[in-house]
Amino acid sequence: MTFHPKMAYGTGFQQSARELPEAGEPFAFTPERLARLEAIATQYPPERRRSALLPALYLVQQQQGYVSRRAMEHVAQVIGVTPAEVEDVVSYYTMFYAKPVGKYVLQVCRTLSCALNGAERVTDVLARKLGIKPGETDAEGMFTLIEAECLGACDRAPVILVNDHWHECLRPEDAERLIDDLRSQGPGVLSGCHLCVEKGSK
Amino acid sequence: MEPVLTSFVREPDSYSLAISLKHGAYEGLKKALGTAPAQVIEMVKASGLRGRGGAGFPTGMKWGFVPKDSPKPKYVVCNADESEPGTFKDHVLMERNPHLVLEGVAIACYAIGAKVGYIYIRGEFFHVFERLEAAVAEARAAGYLGTNLFGSGFDCEIYVHRGAGAYEAGEESALLESLEGKRAQPRLRPPFPAVVGLYGCPTVINNVETLANVPAILRHGSEWFAGLGPEKNGGPKLYCISGHVKRPGVYETSMHTTLADLVYDDRYGGGLRDGRALKAVIPGGSSTPVLLPDMLDVPASFDGVAKAGSMLGSAALIVMDDTTCMVWATENLIHFYRHESCGKCTPCREGADWMLKILHKIERGEGEMRDLDLLQSVAQNITGKTLCPFGDAEVAPVLSTLQHFRHEYEAHVREGRCPLPAPWRRAGHGHGH
Repeated sequence: MTFHPKMAYGTGFQQSARELPEAGEPFAFTPERLARLEAIATQYPPERRRSALLPALYLVQQQQGYVSRRAMEHVAQVIGVTPAEVEDVVSYYTMFYAKPVGKYVLQVCRTLSCALNGAERVTDVLARKLGIKPGETDAEGMFTLIEAECLGACDRAPVILVNDHWHECLRPEDAERLIDDLRSQGPGVLSGCHLCVEKGSK
Repeated sequence: MEPVLTSFVREPDSYSLAISLKHGAYEGLKKALGTAPAQVIEMVKASGLRGRGGAGFPTGMKWGFVPKDSPKPKYVVCNADESEPGTFKDHVLMERNPHLVLEGVAIACYAIGAKVGYIYIRGEFFHVFERLEAAVAEARAAGYLGTNLFGSGFDCEIYVHRGAGAYEAGEESALLESLEGKRAQPRLRPPFPAVVGLYGCPTVINNVETLANVPAILRHGSEWFAGLGPEKNGGPKLYCISGHVKRPGVYETSMHTTLADLVYDDRYGGGLRDGRALKAVIPGGSSTPVLLPDMLDVPASFDGVAKAGSMLGSAALIVMDDTTCMVWATENLIHFYRHESCGKCTPCREGADWMLKILHKIERGEGEMRDLDLLQSVAQNITGKTLCPFGDAEVAPVLSTLQHFRHEYEAHVREGRCPLPAPWRRAGHGHGH
């Protein structure tokens, strides 16, 4: 998260970076997800149900793609905390989206090891190809582009995350093709994690 | 040195229980359960094992701080939030040798009298999270976790808890907050987590690699472990090498190995690409001061790197060649810290923003000479004034580059532009935000 609004450096005064979450459609967990959440909650002491808040928010995102205000209210009720406490958590962690995102969320690692290997250019190529700036979603709702901080795969730089899947060693010259391939073939085109030697040996 | 932690990680299905058992998985746990818990702590103390997360604190001593007579439940938390820029070693251990990590957690639980261990893994490691959950299920089904392990009467459950994108969650007290379902923000200490930790109960928090070393100590003994490295820097060590080297990756060796060998030796980093010359190395993740090429002939141990004027940290070497602008590199890292500051302490939160503003101004050629002093002053007003080590971490790149590369900062001001716009950087630099 960041406390500082995107702004031109060295000019003007700081303003609150808080964005109110979108209300969204009425929300309730499906019975399967609610059961899954209750199973997860047993991992923590009964009086510490709040520990299941992050898993609950992941389940929300699985169900509707982002965490709306109505979903926060529902989660608050299910976990037994206030909606404000849920919003507090959602707004802190980068992996929870408070507004709708594209089918594919592209997170390009921008931190030093990836940047030394061309990550800035990867972001620029993707942004140009999609016609959006980092932080935005394209008009079709297909791609959201995000500049992420260190993803922890620095030996295979530049690395990007596409939803929950890794794609490693993405050179700027290959970035445009990745978009075309995702459109035409889906997430199967992603490299995955190189540590999966089983995949490589096939 | 023969690898200890990564000896079979390149084998297909190395993560399965069957393959792990072939390589001695859970033998350390079995041995521990036949020993008194206090004796297990003594063994870890005698081994000299130091925390692999960054601080290098003696692990056995940490375990010894847990009060024996507390009526509250105790917890072991494995810190798998691996988020320090340049670090990707725990990633390898959890993905390719998860049972070693589980075994380490179980032994720690036994030693301090805990029945439950949590592994807090960063949210971005989704595939690793799945791998760990599968390993827990496999170990449980085979009786290596659960109740009455090896007929000893000892019960142990391990749960994997997924974070959601926050560097600060790697700080131990912030990790506990996150595990309790709150923002990952640090707690005031004392009390330390060993006394008041998770849910207000005594808690031991160790890094993944730290816990992965424990089974080998049980199996082969404290002396063997200590003898693998220099005095007080024993055991095997994983090094993460990234940046402009020919062979980026994770390498396991002893802490006798020098930083120079890790960069240049063909068994490790293999030297720089494209015939370029080395300019600087960050030796222990982005929070450690940068070192110059002539400062690398020291053992890559906790004490060796400290003598060279930096820290071993998470043993993440970020190698930069002579096309790298150090002001740009510093700006890149301060962007990271500004984004990741949890916001609790004013000096860290506001200081990171001001440091980035000043760095950005200098990097794009709009700085004045007095900005260098301002930058230094802001940095010096952060360090030592925050609840957690984040404040000290975020000033390390700034102060160390101001010390070693002041001439580069001055060149930016003098020339009114970045003198080193490398081809791998953003074209038409200066609009990166």
